[in-house]
Amino acid sequence: MVEIKDYGEYKTAWCPGCGNFPLLNTVKKALVKRELEPHQVLFVAGIGQAAKTPHYLNANLFNGLHGRAIPVATGAKLTNPGLVVIAESGDGCIYSEGGNHFLTAIRRNIDITLLVHNNQVYGLTKGQASPTSDQGLITKAQPEGVQNSPFNPLAIAIAMHAGFVARGYVGLEDHLVEILVQAIGHRGFSLVDILQPCVSFNRVNTYQWYKDRCKPLLPSYDPTDWEAAIRLSQQWGDEIPVGVIYRNEKPSFEEHFSALRKGPLVGQELERGRLVKIMETYT
Amino acid sequence: MKRERNVKQKRKRKGMRDHPAEGRFVNILIGGEAGQGLQTAGAIFAKSLVRSGFSIHVTQTYESRVRGGHNTFSIRIGSEKVLAGQEAIDILIALNEETIDLHLKELTKHGLIIGDGEWKRKETNWIGLPFKEFREKTYWNTACIGVGAGLIGLDEQVVAKGIEDTFGKERSEENLKILKTSYHWLKEQAFEWKKLPDIPKPIKRLVMNGHEAIALGAISAGLKFCAFYPMSPSTSIAQTLIDYAKDMDLVIEQAEDEIAAINMAIGASFTGAPSLVPTSGGGFALMVEAVSLAAITETPVVIVIGQRPGPATGLATRTEQGELWFALNAGHGEFPRAIFAPGTIEECFYLTRKAFELAEKYQGPMFVLTDHFLADSYGDIEPIDVSTLSSVRPGGDPSSVKAPYLRYRITKNGISPRLLPGLSKHLVIADSHEHSEGGHLTENLSIRPKMVDKRLRKGDGIRSEVIPPDFQGDKKADILLISWGSTKGAVEEAAIQLRSEKKRVATLHFSQVWPLIPDQFTKHLEQSKQVICVEGNATGQLSQLIRRETGFVIKKRILRYDGLPITSQYILHHL
Repeated sequence: MVEIKDYGEYKTAWCPGCGNFPLLNTVKKALVKRELEPHQVLFVAGIGQAAKTPHYLNANLFNGLHGRAIPVATGAKLTNPGLVVIAESGDGCIYSEGGNHFLTAIRRNIDITLLVHNNQVYGLTKGQASPTSDQGLITKAQPEGVQNSPFNPLAIAIAMHAGFVARGYVGLEDHLVEILVQAIGHRGFSLVDILQPCVSFNRVNTYQWYKDRCKPLLPSYDPTDWEAAIRLSQQWGDEIPVGVIYRNEKPSFEEHFSALRKGPLVGQELERGRLVKIMETYT
Repeated sequence: MKRERNVKQKRKRKGMRDHPAEGRFVNILIGGEAGQGLQTAGAIFAKSLVRSGFSIHVTQTYESRVRGGHNTFSIRIGSEKVLAGQEAIDILIALNEETIDLHLKELTKHGLIIGDGEWKRKETNWIGLPFKEFREKTYWNTACIGVGAGLIGLDEQVVAKGIEDTFGKERSEENLKILKTSYHWLKEQAFEWKKLPDIPKPIKRLVMNGHEAIALGAISAGLKFCAFYPMSPSTSIAQTLIDYAKDMDLVIEQAEDEIAAINMAIGASFTGAPSLVPTSGGGFALMVEAVSLAAITETPVVIVIGQRPGPATGLATRTEQGELWFALNAGHGEFPRAIFAPGTIEECFYLTRKAFELAEKYQGPMFVLTDHFLADSYGDIEPIDVSTLSSVRPGGDPSSVKAPYLRYRITKNGISPRLLPGLSKHLVIADSHEHSEGGHLTENLSIRPKMVDKRLRKGDGIRSEVIPPDFQGDKKADILLISWGSTKGAVEEAAIQLRSEKKRVATLHFSQVWPLIPDQFTKHLEQSKQVICVEGNATGQLSQLIRRETGFVIKKRILRYDGLPITSQYILHHL
């Protein structure tokens, strides 16, 4: 029986009051709810304060390069589909540096869960705008206010008919745990964009700011309704819908590889007899 | 006006009567536009030759386009081992007229030109095929090959089998008819051209090109995963793996970009699949950060760089040996590596295997440098018995490890026992940050030098397994020719030629260009009168590396960087 203490307690490098603290808690709770033991899970992280999260629980971990969590997670999942693979990093890592990989994960529908800590700012590098910063946000690096319109990950994912698209908020912990439980259980690519405050560098999108705006979806909401989902994805401002916004079932990427039908790649014996036959064709 | 064809008319060409093929080898060049089926026909021809018992070397050239332009497929044929290609042409098979104008000056004195009779060429050694007899344009390549094969005395049945093996019995009918027609037509012309000797009991040999050998070597070594982004000349490695993915249970994935490709391979390798990433200079440039990731996370990965002229896009379909220094230094930070530069088709196979072994044993990135020329060169090699070859088995035995598992446990030789995630209760933690023995990121500066030393210590092991450069010839030579990678055959051939002129010549060839162990070869540099370094680049990269490692200054260099491969002719011309 897995318990939360199996996931350990670690000293962190985060600022007091950081949104990562409740977020880490929800991740542990979700893993326990899914009855997953630490060794059954592989976290793959990029670089940033968010990417440190998997260092602070017991699990397998590959902490890679900025922007590159998704490809590493993809390679790992293809090698051992038996592992529960969770890619976890921040909005800059996933939507900026790793933008191409984000799009491709959706297209592949690789069975990984992507947790994006979305605090609308770059925390570790001290306060530059991130791809999800609202227009007009003033930072040291963007002293005249952010000019670019923000990246809308939910809209992109839904437009591309991603299999599982959700948004959560760290201030609504139980709600977020439930989203994570579903996301991890979903077969195929799951995106959970997790709103959280950065108490050190984002003075606009604070706990209060999110509390006033985040509204859980009603139980009557049908996440398989694509048109409703794409409309919801455009909602941002006075009301920010949180919950599972869109889901659709389709084959996950690993399923189409004949090599994986006999089991994980790791541990498969080399079929020398077949290779001998292949060499013969070169005579 | 259609040329009259008199059946049974014997035509004797001036100067050709009873004339043997130039030297001990025959060099046939097939030229045409992209899309004319030159490569397909050439490959069938090459295989038929090897099946008949001959040794071959194929050089291909082509432009960066899909139709049009000028492409060539040259086959050098010998009854003894053919080491390299050659510029001088004995038989020029022109699928378009431009080919003749472009290669006329390379034709040997008694060289033949075969082409479309409609072109009405004035050269004395011109054979114009009545192409209208050979039906549509699609089959011109078969017609030309038929005539070429017939001229040198190849058995029509052997060529026919080659056609059937390529297209399958059902789709070969038309080609076989054309082949028959061309052999028949040739017989009627009764040209006299010295046939190649008959080889009654041909030894079974394999025909493959450099990149096929790389792919097969990788599979034999236990490769399970490859990620790539298409880039000339290395796409062919991935394509060969794709062709065998179902049979050999491989996962081969085209990535969205090169950064994804190498990171995917690292993820796969971390989880237990021996992985390979094929690319070329520009693609490798994008992978450089991940090279350092593989190094610090101590994850095995084999990277094959198919070199081509740079910088940037350069000449996409030509050859060069320009990335030695790049491969040597790529990846920020300090860590050990090995770089192989196969010089023959066999070395492509065996050195790729070695790269996989080292990658797994020393847990890091290893490199194989090929180039466009080697990638596309076909050669005949001895059959390889893959049933007895060893393969890599990633990861150690979890039961031999005491909890808590330390992924980066500091050891005497720097190698930490490697477990794979998910296969046992042990947790595996890898980090691109500097990290503690347990794998977690650390800011503890006292650990830092220990970890750096540990990683560098693995270099001692890599150095202990270096394949020494291959020295051949006179220990006190007048001329020592130094080379690396795909120039091996051309240099050997140049040496043979010089020795036949009674010169005291030695060759020193590096198939592993890093690490270099001076003790293995400096005596050869010191004992030779003149040392010449032969390289396909502009700055003499190997000679610079030799100087750095040994202090020895190589004063003479023969360099080629026009996008074409080095030949013995080129070397002898520049001595």
